Amino acid sequence: MKYKVPLIFAFVCGILVVISEFIPHRPFNMLITTLQDWFMIISGFAILLGQISLFQSNIKKIKNKNPDWPFYLAGLISFAIMLVFGLLWGTQEYAGIFGQGDKIQAVVGMKPFDYLFNNAFMPLSATMFSLLAFFIASAAYRAFIIRSFESNLLMITAVIVMLGRTSFGGMLTSWLPEGLKFLHLPNLSDFIMEFPNSAAQRAILISAALGIIGSSLRIILGIERSYLGGEK
Amino acid sequence: MSGFMATFGLWLSVFFTLSIFSFLYKDNPFYKLSEQIFVGLSAAYWLVYLYYSVMVPNLFNKLFTDFKGNLILLIPTALGLLMLLRLIPKTQWLSRYPIAIMIGTSAGINMVRYAKTDLLGQISATMINPFASDNVITVIGNILLIVGTICGVYFFYFSKKQEGIRAVPSKLGIWFLMISFGASFGYTVMARISLLIGRLEFLLKDWLHIIK
Amino acid sequence: MSVNKNTQTERRIIYLVLLIAVALPLIFPIGWKTEVSNYTKMAWDLVENTPDSSVVVFSFDYDPSTITEIQPMAEAMLEHSFSRNQKIIAVALWPQGVQMADQAFKVALQKYPDKKYGIDYVNLGYKVAGIVAIQAMGKSMQEVFPSDQSGIKYEDIPMLKKVKTLKDVAYICSLSSGTPGIKEWVMAARDPLGTPVTGGTTAVSAPGLLPYVNSQKQLYGLLGGLKAASEYETLINKIGSATIKMDAQSIAHLLILAFILIGNIKAFVTKKRSEQ
Repeated sequence: MKYKVPLIFAFVCGILVVISEFIPHRPFNMLITTLQDWFMIISGFAILLGQISLFQSNIKKIKNKNPDWPFYLAGLISFAIMLVFGLLWGTQEYAGIFGQGDKIQAVVGMKPFDYLFNNAFMPLSATMFSLLAFFIASAAYRAFIIRSFESNLLMITAVIVMLGRTSFGGMLTSWLPEGLKFLHLPNLSDFIMEFPNSAAQRAILISAALGIIGSSLRIILGIERSYLGGEK
Repeated sequence: MSGFMATFGLWLSVFFTLSIFSFLYKDNPFYKLSEQIFVGLSAAYWLVYLYYSVMVPNLFNKLFTDFKGNLILLIPTALGLLMLLRLIPKTQWLSRYPIAIMIGTSAGINMVRYAKTDLLGQISATMINPFASDNVITVIGNILLIVGTICGVYFFYFSKKQEGIRAVPSKLGIWFLMISFGASFGYTVMARISLLIGRLEFLLKDWLHIIK
Repeated sequence: MSVNKNTQTERRIIYLVLLIAVALPLIFPIGWKTEVSNYTKMAWDLVENTPDSSVVVFSFDYDPSTITEIQPMAEAMLEHSFSRNQKIIAVALWPQGVQMADQAFKVALQKYPDKKYGIDYVNLGYKVAGIVAIQAMGKSMQEVFPSDQSGIKYEDIPMLKKVKTLKDVAYICSLSSGTPGIKEWVMAARDPLGTPVTGGTTAVSAPGLLPYVNSQKQLYGLLGGLKAASEYETLINKIGSATIKMDAQSIAHLLILAFILIGNIKAFVTKKRSEQ
């Protein structure tokens, strides 16, 4: 009951999806539409589960006075503030419990949720990922050492693509005659992306697709059961 | 007042931007604070939009406006609530039902979609006439495309030991993969630098007004 | 200990040099021109050749972390679509995409202020579950989006009267920085339904999506990164935010190449010394 019934559910849902692909008529089209609608609603609860889990884990760290616990408290406070703003006054598009919040909009200039999004969330998100530019520069200096023929190939390609994808690269080889236009850096870069790169990426896609089809079949047939946890 | 709030908002953005950048010197309390605030804001954002964009129109509105006509929606609601029972150790096993439905559906969709798009679609796209074009460069490129794809797939074939003559296509496959990784590295550098340019533009233009 | 300190100092010098190299071209623009690549031209051709008054879908599947690369693409493609008198349905498979869409529309509508909500464009908002949501749109758009963001029912929106499923739209443009994104639209909209898909993505994701631009036309062109955004701006005769940033991009690339060269020379010299 605790273990076999979920396996049956997984089998039925998986088979239904596959059959509806080949028989898109009644009753399969109705069943698959219903299943897809249910999937979206259950996904919503799954996201809610993730948020509650995060909340629980932060509370535990604060209770146990882990190192850096004040920062986890700050995280929880910011979560609560953003959630309350969103529910009370809504967002740019949606009205909240207090309606569109015209009074507070006149004070803040926009809804409090959008204010936090524009002035806190957006800069944090954008800056967090921009740190990677520095790390890639550091890695370029220390880690990209040419050691073998294969790494030579990698580096030469990287140089051509990096130059070809800039305005400078176009200028560098703009003097080439018509007959040698293939060697014009932007053209060479496009050739590499269109042919050898696509060939290798296609090989990866095909191989990965075979793997995914195999593992999906194992899940549907109940051979792969790790998603259910231990047999308790 | 809204003018003051706009200025305050700008300085808040600058504070968070510089706090994150301070990590480049070394880890410090400002960075840790900004990191945790980011996590908190991100989680709340997801929850708010989940509520307004998914739960309200696709579930609550349907149930409140026409309960009898949408009785069937009580089933996914119940399954969703079972999902939440994962948080309580004693009732964790109940969450297996909705998880199994989601995993089963995803597995079915993935099997069909990957077979069509990534397997059949990509193989069909490789089955081209390489000599169809008048352009010599395109002909060479098409030949490289076909040879590269076959050798690349061959490289991932692990059921038989690749030695002697059998190692040749494998070696070619590795070379194509190295070219692809070099191209990916070039593009990755471009992506990361772009993100830095964006932040610097904000600091120099919106904050310091050095750029007009 | 002193080796660690040397490494740390080296790293900080690299960071400082990179910062200066990126900042200077922003303050003192050089004005280098961008050449347009085939992939960008293909995407532009799809939008350009789609008939007047066609309904199209723009999917905003990215968040503020990639705003520098993708937002200029979104603005340029929206402007191009508006200029061709196409009716735009905006959706999002990422929750942050909703706000990104609003910001992009604000910029595009500055150039086309006569476009009316509900008649020329509509924002249906965010839906969870990625590929499942797209598959569901392929069966019934109204089932997935019972109303738009402001609560107007699907059937009451004038431009959506003839749009029952994704088969009724002329093309789908997905601006994405990960999953769900362009790949999911190709899998669930292009291959089963035949609806053309194009889009823009970050430079990191572009090499992995290029195989879909093929003889089977799984993708009609692809914009990959800031350079592609500036190419699209060139095609629509706009000096936008992407074009302005290309000088800094070019200088930064040269700097990275210099770092690789210096790193390799240093490794070579160290190896020679240790051999001696």
